[in-house]
Amino acid sequence: MKITVLFFGISSDLVGENQLEVTLEKAISVADFKDYLQEKYSSLDKIKTYAIALNESYATNDLVIKDNDVVAVIPPVSGG
Amino acid sequence: MQRTSIKITSSKLNLQECYAFVEDDVCGGITTFVGTVRNDTEGKEVLQLDFSTYKPMALKEMQKIADKALQDFEIHKIAIHHAEGMLQIGEIPVIITASAKHRKAAFLACEFAIDTLKETVPIWKKEYFSDGEVWVNAHP
Repeated sequence: MKITVLFFGISSDLVGENQLEVTLEKAISVADFKDYLQEKYSSLDKIKTYAIALNESYATNDLVIKDNDVVAVIPPVSGG
Repeated sequence: MQRTSIKITSSKLNLQECYAFVEDDVCGGITTFVGTVRNDTEGKEVLQLDFSTYKPMALKEMQKIADKALQDFEIHKIAIHHAEGMLQIGEIPVIITASAKHRKAAFLACEFAIDTLKETVPIWKKEYFSDGEVWVNAHP
């Protein structure tokens, strides 16, 4: 299955990309996706924490990412 | 009647527009929060700030805040507008206005909206100094 991964703020600097198309063998949970990201982009270790958004909403670790989903890496926000 | 006004723009924010949106004959007060770009961070001179957003999600999260404010406080209308792109010292990244029959609700709604925006809305600022730049709050 194919998903789109978006990087924002410091995470886009660390990964060196704003957007990636990623092919995964099967649907995975948000928690497993975080492990996948961490393994693929060890530079993300430099931020202690980040949230994941799934299709433009904050996602909990147990949610499952499916084909064509848009997943976003959301480092600590600093608007206002 | 539309009771919320939500906007993210790369144009200059317009205080009069936010004020006019919430103004109504039924209201006895309007509160306004205007965020401005400060010239220093912990004693270090800031030259400018660059705001980036995950715009579709940020608009949704701002709408949630406005809806919750309407639900939790006795306000009439609320506007939440945020800027994106490069801002200079003194320029305005955010304006929130709330109108209410009585002032207390308007004060509370405004404070709730800016506090929650700073926690949940996917907007990031990068501070530019004379010797480099940093993402604000990236290492909490």
